[in-house]
Formats: sequence, C-alpha cells, structure tokens
Amino acid sequence: MMAHLPALLIVVPLLSAPICLLIGRGRFAHGVALVVSWVTFVMSALLLNEVRNGGAISYHLGGWAPPWGIEYRVDPVNAYVLLIVAAVGALTMSYAKASIDRELGQGRQFRFYTIFLLCLAGLLGVTITGDAFNIFVFFEISSLASYVMISLGPDRRALTAAFNYLIFGTIGATFFLIGVGLLYQMTGTLNIADLANRVPAMTGNRTIQAAFIFMAVGLALKAAIFPLHSWLPNAYAFAPSVVTAFLAATATKVAIYVLIRSYFTIFGPEYSFGSMSLGVVLMVPAIAAMLIGSTIAIFQDDIKRMLAYSSVAQIGYMVLGIGFATVLGVTGGMLHLFNHALIKTAMFMAMGCVFYRMGSVRIEAMAGLAKRMPWTMAAFVGGGLSLIGVPLTAGFVSKWYLLLAALDAGMWWIAAFILIASMLAIVYVWRVVEVAYFSPSPDGAPTGEAPISMLIPTWFLVLANFYFGIDTRISVGAATQAAEYLLGAGR
Amino acid sequence: MEWPGLYNYWIAIFLMMAGLYIVMAHANLVKKMVGLVIFQSSVFILYITMGKVTGGTAPILIPGDVVYSNPLPHVLILTAIVVGVATLALGLALIVRIMEAYGSIEEDDIEVLENSAP
Repeated sequence: MMAHLPALLIVVPLLSAPICLLIGRGRFAHGVALVVSWVTFVMSALLLNEVRNGGAISYHLGGWAPPWGIEYRVDPVNAYVLLIVAAVGALTMSYAKASIDRELGQGRQFRFYTIFLLCLAGLLGVTITGDAFNIFVFFEISSLASYVMISLGPDRRALTAAFNYLIFGTIGATFFLIGVGLLYQMTGTLNIADLANRVPAMTGNRTIQAAFIFMAVGLALKAAIFPLHSWLPNAYAFAPSVVTAFLAATATKVAIYVLIRSYFTIFGPEYSFGSMSLGVVLMVPAIAAMLIGSTIAIFQDDIKRMLAYSSVAQIGYMVLGIGFATVLGVTGGMLHLFNHALIKTAMFMAMGCVFYRMGSVRIEAMAGLAKRMPWTMAAFVGGGLSLIGVPLTAGFVSKWYLLLAALDAGMWWIAAFILIASMLAIVYVWRVVEVAYFSPSPDGAPTGEAPISMLIPTWFLVLANFYFGIDTRISVGAATQAAEYLLGAGR
Repeated sequence: MEWPGLYNYWIAIFLMMAGLYIVMAHANLVKKMVGLVIFQSSVFILYITMGKVTGGTAPILIPGDVVYSNPLPHVLILTAIVVGVATLALGLALIVRIMEAYGSIEEDDIEVLENSAP
C-alpha cells in the first residue's frame, strides 16, 4: 500500500471522476469529491514525510524500469508542490457545496465535481511524473478540465474567457511538446533524470537551444508570466468562485514548478542561467509584471478581476526569485509559491462568500459590507495584509527572502521594485477596505453571513497565513531544502 | 545534402507558422480553431518525421537483420492526436455555446456586445 502511494495519488482521483458522473446526483457526487480530495491530501502529506526522512522516491509504473518505462519521481521539490495542490483541493472541496449550489444549476453539479476531480488528477500528475512527455499529457488533462470549469461561470463572458484560455493554453502546451520532441530527437530519452544526464553534454547544440526556447515560451504561457498573461484576468474573473479559488492557487503554480524542473534539472543551472542568460529573460518580465499587474489591479471595479491582476503581479515575484538562481532566491520563489496559494485562495474564497450573499463582487456591492458580513470581510482583510506583506503574515516571510536574495545578489534596485510593488498592493487592498468599512450600506441590501461551511475553510486559510508568518520552520525549511536540492548535489 | 534536404521539416515548420498565423489573424472563432488544429498537426508531422529511419520498415519481428523506424515517436503522437481531438471538440462546443449566448462568433461583434452589456 505505502509502496504504491505515488501511483495511487493519481489513480484515486482519476478513477473517482467517472464514479461521480455515474452517481448523477449533486449531493452524493460532492460527497465522493470531498472524500477523495481529503484522501489525496493525506497521501501527499505521507509522501512529503517519507521524502523528508528517506530521500527521493522513484516509482516504476507497471514495473518497467526507467528510462524505458514511465517513472514517477518524488523529491523534496515536487513533494512540496504536491502537498500545496492537494491541500488547496481538499479545502476548496470542503468549501464548495454551498457556493456551487448557489452558482450552478442542479443538473450540472455532478458534472462539475467530475471535472474537478479530473483537473486535480491532472495537476497532481504534472507534478509527480518523471517523464517529459507525461507532463504534456497531464497538462492537457488538467487544462481541458479547467476550460470546462471556467465556462460554467454564471456570466456569459465566462464562455469567451474559457475559449481564449483554450487557445492560449493549447498553444502553450504545443510549444512545450515541440521542445520535448526536439530534446528526444537529440538524446533519445524522455525520462527527466536521464535527460539531465545527457543534455549538459551537448549544450552547444542548436537543436537543444531551440528546445530550450520553445519550452520557455510554452511554460511562460501556461504560467501566465507577463506579457503572456492576457488569458488570466478574464478566466479568473468570470469562473465560478470555487473554480477561481482552486485554479488561482494551483494551475499557474504547477506550470512554474515545471519551469523550475526543466531549467534546473534538465538543462542545469549552469547552462540555463549561464550561457542562455535565463536569469535576465525571467527577471525583466517579472519586474514588469509586479509593477504593471499591481497598477492595473488598482483600476479594476470587479474585485475578482482585481485579484486576478494581483495574481499576475504575484507570479512576477515567484519568477523573480527563480531568476536569481541562488539558494536564497529560489527559496524565496518557492516560499512565495506556497504563501501565495494560501493568500489568494483565502481572498478568492472571501469573494465567493460575498457573491453568495450579494450576487456580485463589484466594488459598489461592497459598500458597508463589513457591518453586514463581518467575518467575511475580516477574512478578506487578513488575506490582504498577507498579500501586502505586513510582518507576522506569510506574505512578509516570502518577500523578506526575496529582498535578501536581491541584496545578496547586489541588485538593490530590484529590492526597491519589490517594495514599490508592495506599496501598490496596499492601494488596491485599501480601496476595498475603505468601501467596505467606511461607506454606509445602501437601503434594503441583503444582510447575513455566508454559510458556516464556506466560512470555516476561508478562516482556516487566513489563520494559516498568520501561522506561517510566525512559525516559519516548516515552510522555510521545506523551501530551503527544495532550493538546495535544485541547485546542489541533488541533481 | 541536396536542396531541399529534409523537406519534411520544411513542411512542418511552414504548417506550424501558417497555423499560428491563422490563430492570431482571424477574428472568426471557427477559423481560429482550424488554425489551432493545423498548428498541432504540424507538430505531429515533426514527431513522425524524427522517428523515420531511411529505408526502415515497420517495427515487426522479422527474422534476420532488419532496419526499422523508431516506433516511440509514432506512439507518442497517437496520444497527442487524442489530446488534439479532445481540444478541438471542446473548442467547438464552446463556440456553439458562445453562438447561443451572443448570436455571433466574430470576435469583433462579441467585443462590442461585452462592452455594451453591464
């Protein structure tokens, strides 16, 4: 049983999806999805524990030894990402029932849970697999599922948002596929560990360079790295609240994980950041994303859209950390990956609560809301503080590491940009706080909190934000271990 | 190597660029999907080409010393074709829904409708 954990982590959600479809009733399908998502969470926690105590696990699918067979490989880097994805999945499923009842018709609910489980299986698969082509396949499983989930949004603009995402997502995945093909052409292998042994020997080769560039562009599209982020704001703004909360914390993070995996493990830091100068290529868009994303966020009237632009900016922080290619920088990037999942899920969940009561997440709907929905708005403020990076919150810890990395690399102007972007975050969070706390409520506005089943997961995440801001041993420890593994002898 | 040498790759790259151009240049959603499919198909050709060994036969067990093509890229592409078909089906389904919701599948018209409606 324990030996087969890596495979079960994918197989359980994948096989539960058709079960949900066969059940055909919203309530029971939710029960299945809830149980399965918590089971995957427990499994990923066990895996992380095993990896931290006993080193990397290699699982041979069907008993075929790599490099011929497909290998699932769990090491300190992806064990950590697996836990993030599974934890967010479990929390969003706990939150989903009331919100989905409100936003989706009865007949479509069981289909939603089916698709959700497929998406979860896809995202976990991308993370766990040690095979480059397998990454593409799982990417497409998760992406196709997320296009469907986004198109379920209550507004008709959800349809066009999903279509745009489909076009961009497919182009991104196909670029990645071209890169994998070129690598295969040169090395004759698809196994990541095997590629890592062979690619550095032929780095002067033009085909390897082409593969490098194709993969960089494809993954940048998938991860919504500025300026390839244009699919993201609408997709997040018009998707159902549950879907936004889930995807914001997982889809782009997994793409960033693949970026890290490709450039640190396959191509190796010396080649990627030395002769291909990936550092500059990543850092310039990252800083642009931080400044421009935050600035655009200030001018949004739809708060979900505002948070979506803020996500573009936060992805900039993560990519910036990776761009340093030092242990401190990568630690900062990995930490922010984790912390941003906590922050954005909490904030999007709070917006889901607002939508549940008000039927809108525009700034006008927030007037005086702090009196009518005190717990929801307090959760939003808690998430907002962490987003800004106030001390004692998780957001502070990751920004602190990024600042240290910038100063350590002798690039103090980057530290200045990090601070400026955080100031911009104060502005856009404050806009909401001002309207919610200091404006009078309109007459006859709906009053009352969101259901307790929605508030508990939201508050759990908000408290986690404060917990990981004060006790940094777990998160910083795991992130440092991952960074050292990527840059050090772990290759 | 004689001109045009490796002409399969020329065709693959031409289709790739043509497909990508259609996706970007056309405002009609169905035409966009067509461009996307051409783009994906070009990658299939790229993979199939790299598996071909000159003078090789199909990889079947035949007695004697036989040269055969590398079957792995071909098998990979079977998977990618399935993914491509699923993407195409989903894209077309979304276009049907967009047609029902907006009464148009021209990007310009949809943009006007989106900006005018609340």
